[in-house]
Amino acid sequence: MRVPVSWLRSLLPGLTAPVQDLSAALIRAGFEVEGVHRVGEDVSGVVVGRVLDVEELTGFKKPIRFCHVDVGARVHEVVCGAQNFAVGDLVPFAVPGAVLPGDFRIAARQTYGHTSDGMICSAAELGLPGDPSGILVLADRDLGLDAGLELGRDVVAALGLRDIVLDVAVGYDRGYCLSMRGLAREVATAFGLTYDDPGLVTDQHALGGSASDGGCEGQPGQRGHRVRVEDGCDRFVLATVTGLDPSAPSPTWLQRRLVLAGMRPISLAVDVTNHVMLELGQPLHAYDAATVTGPIVVRRATTGERLTTLDGTDRALTVADLVIADDSGPIGLAGVMGGLATEITAGTRDVLVEAARFDPVLIARGARRHRLPSEASKRFERGVDPGLAPVAAHAAADLLVRLGGAVVGPVTDVDRRVEAPSITLSVGFSGRVAGRAYAPEVVIARLQDVGCDVNGTDPLQVRPPSWRPDLTGTSELAEEVIRLEGYETLPVVLPPAPAGRGLSAERRLRRTASRALAAAGLVEVTTPPFVGAQVLQAIGGGTTAPALVNPLSAEESLMRPSLLPGLLKALDRNVRRGLADVAVFETGHVFLGAGSTASSPGVVGAPTDAERAALDAALPDQPSYAGLVLCGAGASWDRAVETVLLLGRALGVMLEVRAGAAGAFHPGRCAQVLHHGTSVGLAGELHPRVVTALGLPARTCAAEVDLDALVAAAVAGGEVKAPRVSSYPPATVDVALVVDMPTPAALVEAALRNGAGELLEELHLFDVYTGPQVGEGRRSLAYALRLRAPDRTLTDVEVLGARDAAVAEAGARTGAVLRS
Amino acid sequence: MTVPAASPHPDDPLDAVRDAALATVAEAVTLEILLRDRAGLLGDKSPLLLARRALGQLPAAERKEAGQRVNAALTEVSSAYEQKKDVLETERDARVLVEEAVDVTVLRQSLPHGARHPLTTVIERAADVFVAMGWEVAEGPELEHAWFNFDALNIPAHHPAREEQDTLWIEPEGSGLLLRTQTSPVQIRTLLERGAPCYVVAPGRVFRNDSLDATHSPVFAQLEGLCVDEGITMAHLRGTLQAFSSAMYGEGLATRLRPSYFPFTEPSAELDVQCFRCRGSVELQPCRVCSDEGWIEGGGCGMVNPAVLRACGVDPDRYSGFAFGMGLDRAVMVRHEVADIRDLYEGDVRFSSAFGSGV
Repeated sequence: MRVPVSWLRSLLPGLTAPVQDLSAALIRAGFEVEGVHRVGEDVSGVVVGRVLDVEELTGFKKPIRFCHVDVGARVHEVVCGAQNFAVGDLVPFAVPGAVLPGDFRIAARQTYGHTSDGMICSAAELGLPGDPSGILVLADRDLGLDAGLELGRDVVAALGLRDIVLDVAVGYDRGYCLSMRGLAREVATAFGLTYDDPGLVTDQHALGGSASDGGCEGQPGQRGHRVRVEDGCDRFVLATVTGLDPSAPSPTWLQRRLVLAGMRPISLAVDVTNHVMLELGQPLHAYDAATVTGPIVVRRATTGERLTTLDGTDRALTVADLVIADDSGPIGLAGVMGGLATEITAGTRDVLVEAARFDPVLIARGARRHRLPSEASKRFERGVDPGLAPVAAHAAADLLVRLGGAVVGPVTDVDRRVEAPSITLSVGFSGRVAGRAYAPEVVIARLQDVGCDVNGTDPLQVRPPSWRPDLTGTSELAEEVIRLEGYETLPVVLPPAPAGRGLSAERRLRRTASRALAAAGLVEVTTPPFVGAQVLQAIGGGTTAPALVNPLSAEESLMRPSLLPGLLKALDRNVRRGLADVAVFETGHVFLGAGSTASSPGVVGAPTDAERAALDAALPDQPSYAGLVLCGAGASWDRAVETVLLLGRALGVMLEVRAGAAGAFHPGRCAQVLHHGTSVGLAGELHPRVVTALGLPARTCAAEVDLDALVAAAVAGGEVKAPRVSSYPPATVDVALVVDMPTPAALVEAALRNGAGELLEELHLFDVYTGPQVGEGRRSLAYALRLRAPDRTLTDVEVLGARDAAVAEAGARTGAVLRS
Repeated sequence: MTVPAASPHPDDPLDAVRDAALATVAEAVTLEILLRDRAGLLGDKSPLLLARRALGQLPAAERKEAGQRVNAALTEVSSAYEQKKDVLETERDARVLVEEAVDVTVLRQSLPHGARHPLTTVIERAADVFVAMGWEVAEGPELEHAWFNFDALNIPAHHPAREEQDTLWIEPEGSGLLLRTQTSPVQIRTLLERGAPCYVVAPGRVFRNDSLDATHSPVFAQLEGLCVDEGITMAHLRGTLQAFSSAMYGEGLATRLRPSYFPFTEPSAELDVQCFRCRGSVELQPCRVCSDEGWIEGGGCGMVNPAVLRACGVDPDRYSGFAFGMGLDRAVMVRHEVADIRDLYEGDVRFSSAFGSGV
């Protein structure tokens, strides 16, 4: 919401505070001031000019125009890149010597083969809010010259441009502040000024109009336009204005206000409706009465009906659309955009001014379905004051009378409002929410500042004003009291500390996992979870992944069922940036299987267990995985596998490895990682086909494990039981076993462990040999065994006995024989 | 050298032998020479040892004095020898150490150095602050149902706030499945699971249909907090956020609440934290952290809307609570002067590596 300070002051004559105080007061009241634009202070030498002719220059990369502009005293030649103006338009013209904001000095120059003797300015170039891409057209070519806009007159003076415009953000609950009227109330409260609200209904609004007949049809006294409301509207006011002078232009003050507020002046009738909307917050629509046939009806469209809206788009309507119709069918999308057929034109003399309050949800849906967010729909969505319609209709009619020589006819008012109930408020409630006390008179005064009717002492009976539909309960009322008294007056108190239990075991273990991977020399990354079907296919993932309805990019329209695509993309990016040796990891959620539909329970109370179970059942499985990828020096299949084993050890989970197979991995270099026989992940070298398909460095390695499973295993393992550390001397013995080539080392090792029995303290593989000494198709595996007893020094007999038992077991299980 | 006044055997040149031995010791310039000469000085066949062995053949009357003289000579030579050996050994050791000296700046950096991502560590740090206040840490699914993300948070269908959040929806269309747009659904899950009282923070990733640029990411991290108990007030909200801000950004920093609007809180506020770099002081500006605002946006917060409590089966007449949510990407960017949010999500190892194992 762009707020010219001069406009605010016109509603609050007592407002003298400097702009920084005004801005601070708005922020304190909950309205973010996103910008303060000082307009017109740094502009000179810009005058009103009329475009005499336009020659489109061709042969350049972009459209370029060569024009003549009449500034009264002389005619300037000028080259211009904008396209939104036409012959006859009045435009701001910077003559040579002019200065624009940013100390931008204008001089004559040669360009595109012509002399450009000045510049036609856009709103942005003049430091005005508004469309920066096109020229600021001051008045339509069809309109006559306004006195203030005579050619050659200084634009800053003519438009009264010197002003300060605040850019104010307005929350969804404060639709009433999408108007000067609403913000003026907030400012008046902040500075303790008396406020004469221009949006309140007074006696004059009953003049010339007619009250509702209590049903759905308004029947004004004699000649009023008939209105029938069938749906989606609880207030509909239609004012008839006749005899408008179609050549009457918008006066400068009106144009200036619109321009400062960020809207473009179009014609008197349209400008007047926009002005009233900006000032009061009531969106209005003006119809050319001559084009309307029969009664105005507010109803749902029927399927098959069509409407060409003001933007020239022919739209198919459905029963979901709320329309304004006459005998010819729909003539407007209610609250969103009017129809082209009933548009105000240069010849319009009789006007129907509509001021209504439509159902916010219907308008929100309609604006979205037709992709037509407008100034009107924005206000209707947030709730328009239903008391405002007659006031706004009269304000618009009055302006048309004053500025366009029109006459006000009868006004139809269909009033189907339901009075909101009053709220019972304990006078101490606001203080209980805030954590500090407010005197009863303060509570009452603040509620009255907001516009509430307050009765009683304790509890109070509070009736919120018509423009605050958001005030539906005691919390909302408390917020008004606390907000207006100032959040800075709230005490700073810590809540009583609960007896915390610290981090859960799961969270501690997750941290351990992440630290262990970093300690193993991998760098953590966080990648977006979106993947493409092609990548998934390339890595051979047969998993169903949830698909996005509206993906950010069509190439990545699925949720990742694996961390590897994202990690490989990160690896690739690093390699492309010149880093040859990359080792990265990520922990995060993956998404397995597609979701299904579950209907939403209500929100009146907690959902039942069955309802909650249904909601959760609709979600795909989303476990946390840990993934890693490696390339370059230091990358090898065994580093990938051993990093996973190290992760298991860090968590206190014993993992085993056996040969595995999975699409993404080299069929001969893929390890399946198991915990108690259950697979928890894969590690190894990527399949050369994957490496090629994704353009990765040769021999890129990877691993991925189900971190949730590891953490669960660690938790299930319970507390660590401390080993008895024997201080007796160890006995070390090496054995070299010859086995057939396909026999996995893990089997040999397991057999040795089993066979050696309790005396075995530690065992590790220290050499693998293949060659003539062991024969074709066989290999030698050399293990070092460390034996120790808890209570004695081992004898040679015991040591050899354990060794022989180990070798015998290996022989029995794998056919291993001692290497001679 | 002083020649002894009397000699047991004036014709036996003990003194000369001793002096010769001492001279040999003194002349040995290396440890090797000294060790080679040992046999001749103190070995079994050395003149002094031979002299001692010969004592037995002396008459008893002379034996005592002669014995004393020979022993004195032996002691003198042996002590000189040991001293010299010490000196030479020390010299050798020093020489070896010098010879073994290396250029300690020649490093191949063969140990891979890992690092953790600053978003991970900032989540841990933030969680630790709340855990220290007695709170617990919760989690929820990233792919969520609209009931948790919107309905239960007092954002009914067609509420403008739903549109504003640019939700990423999941197939099948109309299923109500989405990528959570905020960590607030964890509030709902936590309340439903635990009921009141409840002191919980929930860090996690959230998603918006926003294209990636220097200041926006479709994926970002939030920390949600929820406190529900009897007698909880907005003063408690202020106190908690003040304590958290001090722990995260620095002691003594002021905080400020500005009225705002969120459907799930009433009253609602935006939190600002005083800029930790310039603290709003003009002398320290221009400030690249806060762009001379003096304040850093800290997130949204407010008192839990009674409608939300009811949707979670908590009696709003007995319990009240506050909730807050803050962007952790922003916290990382502000703390570490990250200019481009893409650095957080591109996975360039040079970025994460700078942060070591935690900051």
